[in-house]
Amino acid sequence: MSQVPAELKYVDTHEWLRREADGSITIGITDHAQELLGDVVYVDLPQVGSRLNRGDTAGVVESVKAASDVYVPLEGEVVAVNQELVDAPELANTEPYGGAWFFRIKPAHPADYDGLLDADAYKALIGA
Amino acid sequence: MPQRTPLYEAHVAAGGKLVDFAGWELPIHYGSQLKEHEIVRADAGMFDVSHMTVLDITGPQATAFLQQLLANDVARLGVEGKALYSAMLTPDGGVIDDLIVYRTAWDYRMVVNAATRAKDLAWIAARAAAFDVTVTERSELAMLAIQGPNALAKTRAAAPQLAGLIDSLQVFQGLAAPEVDGGWFVARTGYTGEDGLEIMLPGEQAIALWNALLLAGVSPAGLGARDTLRLEAGMNLYGSDMDETVSPLAAGMGWTIAWQPAERDFVGRVALEAERAAGPAWRQVGLVLQGKGVLRGGQPVRTDVGDGVITSGTFSPTLRLSVAIARVPAGCGEQVEVDIRGKLEPARVVKLPFVRHGKQVF
Repeated sequence: MSQVPAELKYVDTHEWLRREADGSITIGITDHAQELLGDVVYVDLPQVGSRLNRGDTAGVVESVKAASDVYVPLEGEVVAVNQELVDAPELANTEPYGGAWFFRIKPAHPADYDGLLDADAYKALIGA
Repeated sequence: MPQRTPLYEAHVAAGGKLVDFAGWELPIHYGSQLKEHEIVRADAGMFDVSHMTVLDITGPQATAFLQQLLANDVARLGVEGKALYSAMLTPDGGVIDDLIVYRTAWDYRMVVNAATRAKDLAWIAARAAAFDVTVTERSELAMLAIQGPNALAKTRAAAPQLAGLIDSLQVFQGLAAPEVDGGWFVARTGYTGEDGLEIMLPGEQAIALWNALLLAGVSPAGLGARDTLRLEAGMNLYGSDMDETVSPLAAGMGWTIAWQPAERDFVGRVALEAERAAGPAWRQVGLVLQGKGVLRGGQPVRTDVGDGVITSGTFSPTLRLSVAIARVPAGCGEQVEVDIRGKLEPARVVKLPFVRHGKQVF
């Protein structure tokens, strides 16, 4: 059964979001997403400093069997990327909500975060 | 509604993630495709390949029939037990299917792909009409592939009644097992680049063999690992690396065409002779990615003499980098670029295979 932590927000393209103390938003892919992908072997992340719109492709996650885009769930500027994940893509399978965060943005409209799916809504979406 | 093999319950019990493959409900993996791949390279894994189509060919003209049907020559199978890999071609020289044919006590056994079963059976039946032969599908048989450096030893332990037969088999040989009831057939063949066996047996006995192999320490492996293993081993997948629009000469199958004797008139010969005389326009190569990403089937390959295409690509669990099988212009050099979602990434052209017996070989 997929893990869906209650304290996070979600989008229907299977990214999770977490608001940090400084107001930045950390983004990764959900446990459900990594289960669908299987063994992750390659991750491509956006450039720090790039400005991304909601729905843009922020990167790629490739498993042994398939490639999948990672989408931008909130408009903003990329302020950090997880180089450890690039070096150890398998973290996406083992720690989807921990060591396998993908990138962090400074949101253009911080209030948008509150309108995203909560854990119950995401659970309903994936039938968990 | 997909069909189920006799091992369906075993896949469920082993935690297999089942998918529809060519109309069959089969496991893509049992948790981790990577681990299953590594187990086959290092120890022993087993695959349910019961979906594959087994055909027995008997009759006074069986040899003549197969000499016309297949691009390789069954006359090379001097004695019972030998096996041959061959293409079955259209008159235009396209690949209808690739298959293994065994010389048996009852004449021949052929194993063809599941995804091509219907068209193969129709084509074979149409060609067989002109010969005194009988083609019998053995759909009651299950098939298990046990592969890896410890596959033979662990199968001997799991099925002691087969030990003598297993010991007698050389690589690429297969024999019926008279010491076991019900029409077992054991072959030292596979699709992984490792030593191993393929065992055909009555479907109702398959679960017992599976369970004995589990107890002997053979791990279940799914279709996902089967694909990455065969790709590392440089083995073609029908429908990806070749099909009816592709010549065997453009798909790395030139070695499987028996040109001699010149008077053997196999289907597709005229077209292949013309292609060979003109010089093939394409050749099959291996690619090793030097840039970022993962090579996948369908990605364009930019070479200094024109564009080619990747026919199968993956991340290689053994080599920890991305590799592919590609069809490129015959004059292609040693360095190419692959278009990965709009970005050109460098790749090196190498001779296939990538891996044999667990070791890098290019």
